[in-house]
Amino acid sequence: MKRIIAHSVLFMLLMTVILGVVYPVVITLVAQSVFSWKANGSVLVVKDQIAGSALLGQEFSSPVFFWGRLSNRVTHPSGIAVSGASNFGPLHPGLVESGIRRIKDLRTFDPVNPAPIPVDLVTASASGWDPHISAEAAFWQASRVAVHRKLDRSDVEALIRAHIETDRFGVTADYVNVVRLNLDLERMAPSRIR
Amino acid sequence: MNALQIVVIPFFFIIFTLLSMALGRFMCAVFRRDAGMNARFSGSWERRLLGMIGIRADFEMTWKQYALNLILFNAIGMLVVYTMQRFQSILPMNPFRLPAVRADIALNTAISFVTNTNWQAYAGESTMSRLVQMSGLTVQNFLSAGTGMAVAVALTRGLIRQERTTIGNYWVDLVRSVLFILLPMSICLSMLLVSQGVVQTFASGIEISGIDPQAGNGDPSNGKQVIPLGPVASQVAIKQLGSNGGGYFNSNSAHPFENPTGLSNIIEIMAILLIPGAFCFTFGHLLGAPRQGWILFGSMAILFLPLFFLSAAEERMGNPALARLGVEQSAGNLEGKEVRFGALTSALWASATTATSNGSVNSSHDSCQPLSGMVLLLFMQLGEVVFGGVGSGLYGMLMFAIMAVFIAGLMVGRTPEYLGKKLESFEMKMAALSILIPPSCVLIGTAAACLVPDIRFSLTNPGPHGFSEILYAFSSAANNNGSAFGGLDASRPFLTVTLAVCMILGRYWVILPVLAIAGSLARKKRIPSSSGTLRTDTPLFMLLLVGSILLIGALTFVPALAVGPVIEHLQLTACNRAMP
Repeated sequence: MKRIIAHSVLFMLLMTVILGVVYPVVITLVAQSVFSWKANGSVLVVKDQIAGSALLGQEFSSPVFFWGRLSNRVTHPSGIAVSGASNFGPLHPGLVESGIRRIKDLRTFDPVNPAPIPVDLVTASASGWDPHISAEAAFWQASRVAVHRKLDRSDVEALIRAHIETDRFGVTADYVNVVRLNLDLERMAPSRIR
Repeated sequence: MNALQIVVIPFFFIIFTLLSMALGRFMCAVFRRDAGMNARFSGSWERRLLGMIGIRADFEMTWKQYALNLILFNAIGMLVVYTMQRFQSILPMNPFRLPAVRADIALNTAISFVTNTNWQAYAGESTMSRLVQMSGLTVQNFLSAGTGMAVAVALTRGLIRQERTTIGNYWVDLVRSVLFILLPMSICLSMLLVSQGVVQTFASGIEISGIDPQAGNGDPSNGKQVIPLGPVASQVAIKQLGSNGGGYFNSNSAHPFENPTGLSNIIEIMAILLIPGAFCFTFGHLLGAPRQGWILFGSMAILFLPLFFLSAAEERMGNPALARLGVEQSAGNLEGKEVRFGALTSALWASATTATSNGSVNSSHDSCQPLSGMVLLLFMQLGEVVFGGVGSGLYGMLMFAIMAVFIAGLMVGRTPEYLGKKLESFEMKMAALSILIPPSCVLIGTAAACLVPDIRFSLTNPGPHGFSEILYAFSSAANNNGSAFGGLDASRPFLTVTLAVCMILGRYWVILPVLAIAGSLARKKRIPSSSGTLRTDTPLFMLLLVGSILLIGALTFVPALAVGPVIEHLQLTACNRAMP
């Protein structure tokens, strides 16, 4: 019994060194030298400021920007953002309530848009960080963005088209990265709200 | 479905089968001493490594010694992880100065990671320091997976050996599993993941200013957001490969820093299924009867595919409640799903992660359609044998094989035998124990939780879905899966403690009977097969096996499922019909 405990403790120590120190450190060193930008969070820098990460969605609520998915991430007072989903089942009343709120916001800024709203604009993502919306959801917002930025709708649509990413396995519909799209939109026609 | 989707899913399963066959052969070479260069290489390494800490690699253990070593080592693992969490505030590598983890949550987490469950009653970002994640939890991801693989190999030895009292050496099996299978695969997978954008750094976090200055004004942090970074890829790789599933971040592999692209998503799904699938072939090769492995793999596939298709079909449908608001829902049920994965691969992931005992998620299972959620519950409740955990899937399946042989034996009135070993009352008692203990934990635990007066304050969803949240938690814990209907707030002490008990019972009260059977079978002589022997390498036996699993699972869980997801489904369709 005593011998087995001694073996267990020593084995645990040995494994902690190999798997808990050497393994992550080696992976980090290689990752940092080979994929430095990606290993550090795919950060997008605009005018020496970190505007965000190419992989993480942000909250957009002004009509001059494209809006992303609804989000349930929670930001602590310290600034740490904890990812998460609504966890609403299909019959949860909150699902419809947040959907109605979103539809109202979308329609307020764009009352004449006749097209039905794509589902990804009225539902929340799993992580609260989803950076993408479907291409349809972007095109749906083109008229609003064009009007509020005093741009031609065709220019905005051309910008969206330039941002379309196609899933190489064909399992999802085409989508666009909202963060990158909005950054390029700002570059094309700066909004003066800053 | 478009044309590409119809091709892509079968293609995925063909690749999965081919990779499993190849890996199965490799793992057989690792576990068998006599196979060429590989064994000489790994043999001398394991002897030297174990020799360093005074363990003799050539020492053979009886099943009781094997079990004692395993239990004590696991207990020490729990102690280490618990202690690290309780003292994380004074240990290094805690950039956000997180306080010590609450005692019951630390206990729950320690048990959860050592039993290969990886149930998480905490949010990673705001609870665990870098050190705990990297040197506590990640280490257990390897060791708990290795323990499952060791037990599966020990049981296989019991079936192969004749008139022997020993079933191998726990430390040798563990070292081979961890250092020669899991570690090399994790290294490759981590690098693949980093190439897609999974973060891997020791920097503490990035503070972002945001693009829309009007957004985030209501936040308590005044729009300032810190995104935690860390050594994520190295942890994600092993949590996918080792049936662990405990994510670095709260939203697990839905978080773009754990699973950034469509490609990383497919790779991570493959990683979930690969080792459990390969173990069937390893089993066949170790026995010298590859067909036996194919029969097990085939049975798992027969159970997996139809249930997965049901789940996928459900997820591709929209929600009638949203349809009434005039929302365009051709993309399917996207609540709690990421756009880059879509409904189809989210359903594939959900099925794979519950059929194996992995438990990592790339979508919110709680927001699945009712029947789709039922599929996920059922995969866990069948005992985690549809591919199952690494190692644990194989030994769980072999328990069902023993049960199937027994049922067939009853029908024709012969003493049952499996692979030439006579199955007597001791083996039957042990197999029955290992099959019945997890479902008992699920049902008793769920019933007890429902009796807690204010349990509803821990639930997010009202009605039958709230019941499903509780049922899911106990199904997940007792079968060592670890995924959750995340709407359940599992951090109240009643749940952290009862779920921890379920995890322990569901792990060790399956492992102990399995090792006992291994010991008892190793002592027996193999009897030559005769015309009256039930052959276990035929499609007929495959159907018998599938039938036994479904029968036991259905008889046990139909009432509980009827009260939860089935009622919810009826409510949803009624809601659909009520539409103008």
